[in-house]
Amino acid sequence: MIDWPLVSVIIFLPLIGALIILFIKEDELTSINIKWAALLTTLGTFILSLILWLQFDYSNPSYQYEEKFRWFDDFNFFYHVGVDGISLFMILLSTFLTPLCILASWNNIKKRVKEYMLSFLFLETVMIGMFASIDILLFYIFFEAVLIPMYLIIGIWGGNRRIYASFKFFLYTLLGSVLMLIAIIVMYRNTSSMSIEFLQGNYFSYNTQLFLWLAFFASFAVKIPMWPFHTWLPDAHVEAPTAGSVILAGVLLKMGGYGFIRFSLGMLPEATEFFIPLIMTLSIVAIVYTSLVALAQTDIKKLIAYSSVAHMGIVTIGIFLVNQQGLEGAMMQMISHGLVSAALFLCVGVIYDRMHTREIEFYGGLVQRMPLYATVFMIFMLGSVGLPGTSGFVGEFLVIIGAFKFSSYVVIGAAFGIILSAVYMLYLYKRIIFGTITNNKLADILDINTREKIILIPLAISVILLGIFPNLFLDPMRLSLELIITNYEIANAK
Amino acid sequence: MLNNIYNIFFIPEIFLACSSFVCLLFGLFLKKNAFRQTSNLAVFVLLLTILLVYYDSESNFANYKSLFSHSSFINFFKILALLGSIASIIISKDYFLGIKLKNFEIPVLFLFSTLGMMLMIASNNLMSMYLAIELQSLSLYVAAAIKRDSISSAESGVKYFILGALSSGILLYGFSLIYGFTGSMNFDDISFYLSKYDNLNLGLIFGLVFVMVGLAFKVSAVPFHMWTPDVYEGAPNSITGFFAIVPKIAAVALIYRFCLVPFENFYLEWSQIILFLSIASMFLGAIAAIAQSNIKRLLAYSSIGHIGYILIALVAANDDGIKAASIYMFSYMIMNVAIFAILLSLKVKNEYLINISDLKGLSKSNPIVSLSISIIMLSMAGIPPFIGFFGKFYVFIAAIEQELYVLSVLGVLASVISAFYYLRIIKIMYFDESISEGIINFKISFQSKIILSLSLFLIICFIFYPSLLINISANLTI
Repeated sequence: MIDWPLVSVIIFLPLIGALIILFIKEDELTSINIKWAALLTTLGTFILSLILWLQFDYSNPSYQYEEKFRWFDDFNFFYHVGVDGISLFMILLSTFLTPLCILASWNNIKKRVKEYMLSFLFLETVMIGMFASIDILLFYIFFEAVLIPMYLIIGIWGGNRRIYASFKFFLYTLLGSVLMLIAIIVMYRNTSSMSIEFLQGNYFSYNTQLFLWLAFFASFAVKIPMWPFHTWLPDAHVEAPTAGSVILAGVLLKMGGYGFIRFSLGMLPEATEFFIPLIMTLSIVAIVYTSLVALAQTDIKKLIAYSSVAHMGIVTIGIFLVNQQGLEGAMMQMISHGLVSAALFLCVGVIYDRMHTREIEFYGGLVQRMPLYATVFMIFMLGSVGLPGTSGFVGEFLVIIGAFKFSSYVVIGAAFGIILSAVYMLYLYKRIIFGTITNNKLADILDINTREKIILIPLAISVILLGIFPNLFLDPMRLSLELIITNYEIANAK
Repeated sequence: MLNNIYNIFFIPEIFLACSSFVCLLFGLFLKKNAFRQTSNLAVFVLLLTILLVYYDSESNFANYKSLFSHSSFINFFKILALLGSIASIIISKDYFLGIKLKNFEIPVLFLFSTLGMMLMIASNNLMSMYLAIELQSLSLYVAAAIKRDSISSAESGVKYFILGALSSGILLYGFSLIYGFTGSMNFDDISFYLSKYDNLNLGLIFGLVFVMVGLAFKVSAVPFHMWTPDVYEGAPNSITGFFAIVPKIAAVALIYRFCLVPFENFYLEWSQIILFLSIASMFLGAIAAIAQSNIKRLLAYSSIGHIGYILIALVAANDDGIKAASIYMFSYMIMNVAIFAILLSLKVKNEYLINISDLKGLSKSNPIVSLSISIIMLSMAGIPPFIGFFGKFYVFIAAIEQELYVLSVLGVLASVISAFYYLRIIKIMYFDESISEGIINFKISFQSKIILSLSLFLIICFIFYPSLLINISANLTI
């Protein structure tokens, strides 16, 4: 094993990069240095996080690479970080997507490059820190600190309605997460501990659990987002710059799902059992409703944003099935959605950079001019639909298998949503890519360039890799998920 | 021990009182640079006073005829008030010179007011408490109206004076009732007398309510907050800075001591009042600030909101509450020092900044200043990882320890509302496109720069080594 604080290095490396960038003076010539510094930092972080995966002990369900030292003298608050099977891929997802985001912003961010890169590096630190925390207050601090850079990214570099979108994003998510703070303090008061590991074995009284569950639900349901708390998402996605949407869809939404698994399932099993019908209903409504809404969109980004809500509906179903297939499916769906939706937003970014519009009507017949683009877009589109052989299939398939154990109504709802997702994605693809070019402005649009290839091809490879070798990803997380399920079943005495 | 008569000058309050007179004479006899020299001397005097407070922990005089009391809580707040006072004198020096308001009386007034605050914090007797409050208020009334040729300054001074006098009257009436029904003015005697009864009689309840009203006025808790925005707006910026930073510290300490010492056993009676004040302050502070376009009025409402949170910790009335109050007050002081240090150095078209909309484009012309303002605003909104978050966090710990769940939820909801107007300032600096650039001028003196950097450092780095403050505040006894 590794005897140096690997996790902390991964968490704080981007922050160190940010500090270095802070001292680079920004002007026309040096902004390229800033970009390179940011790119190298994030790549370094990604490589370090790969070590995390390579050295990972598959046979250990609990936390690995633990680091712990006392932080606050007056109560049991520790700087306690580590990685288990659940957080491993969330961290990898964050470290994988951030360099791609930096690359995607290489040319189209022209103003305030320094602040932009600082925001992204700070964002990476807090994202990784959040997934790696084993202390619940540490988790909360990172969870809320995410809002700061994201608020700036949407607000400074966003589209026309960016101010509205950034405020909505910030206040909506803050409202959810402050209730979680109260819940955390209540938990601490009852147990005198803030360790996630400890709290997972410690069951609160039934009534306390119900209130705590609702408080956690408030923050995670907004974050993931579940219907009817999803309204911030389309606004934030549409107004954010491409890289902002990528991180938002790729990582920030997963914070909700991650929170559900860790806190709701892990710490509040009895309350979870009580609220499962609620979650299932909301998820199915979300899947069907937002799929139909997606069908009616005229803006490409908004369509993908609504599809995210639908896909996250599958995730919440999978999580709250609380069986092996369901949870594994939900995890796979989260990873897959992190890659696919990020890639789709990047694809939208490619044509947006060229034409500066996201209206579906504007495009059409792109395959004539951009064959390579059409191909990668197709891979991601199919990944989103869930075609066998792509990453989307594994997650949806596992969730549906798991759902059969629970209720066939849920299966019907989920399956209906999957069909609808095929409808709106294929319809989108048809309108943008196929046909002949009718719009004169598209006549000399260029195919993806080298930089865009570097961004999209790794994503395409991982989407297919995930679809063909799902066990590569499922094996490390299996035992950790089993641990949560066992705890859950013991608590509910099944 | 007072076996040597000279030792009496080493008692912080007496030292401060004598030195204030020295400062007054010093300023009077100086021909040139009277203001600057007196300010420097005042800072030096306050620094010495801090040392005296710190080392003179076993003073007998402090308990002189039980007029004053002595505890770690009192010392902590005294030092906090002195620090705030030093910081506000330093950051306001250049401002006063800039607006050509060079009366050397200003630092002397600050000194007298600080003396009043130290006595307020320590007072253990209704009479000494009243006199101390009057000492600090009278100095502040004059300070608010110090810009004699400005109508708004005079208006703010008069407004403050009239409302302050009214509240003092109410306070005094409350004292008279308490004295009448308990037969004592001493906190400990009142407490002893009251311990014989299970509930308060009507006269005492009236007395308690009147005193609470007077104290609520001093901490500017809703619904006795009306004066705050007007006085903040009318007074010169640097005086506003002093108002925002220092008197609140003393008033908060006083309200804590008054509730927790003589009326310790009648928690139910006073906590209802404080509960209402707290909820009303948090929400009014949060909602009313949204519509403000003047930065000073905005900060006034923001301070009203902060008082609401501190009162939550008072409702909790446990050791955690005292700890929370001291941490919150520390963070409040630091954040206000930082924001006023910036405001007092920002000039828009050669006028000191008043309108929030004038901050437009600051992020382009002064990236470091706008970053600092953003950090302070996020910290005030209670967003981790800045110090403001930990202030709120400890307040909620105290509240939940006392099972005040509804109050805590209301508190966090108000903090979400208040986040809106703090974010609005960031929005104006970063998101709004500026029409013309270069009209904002940031010029800061070396000394204020040190104060500003130090407070920013504390705001950002508190998270890395919190134990220092927390260990001190954990051992405070009232």
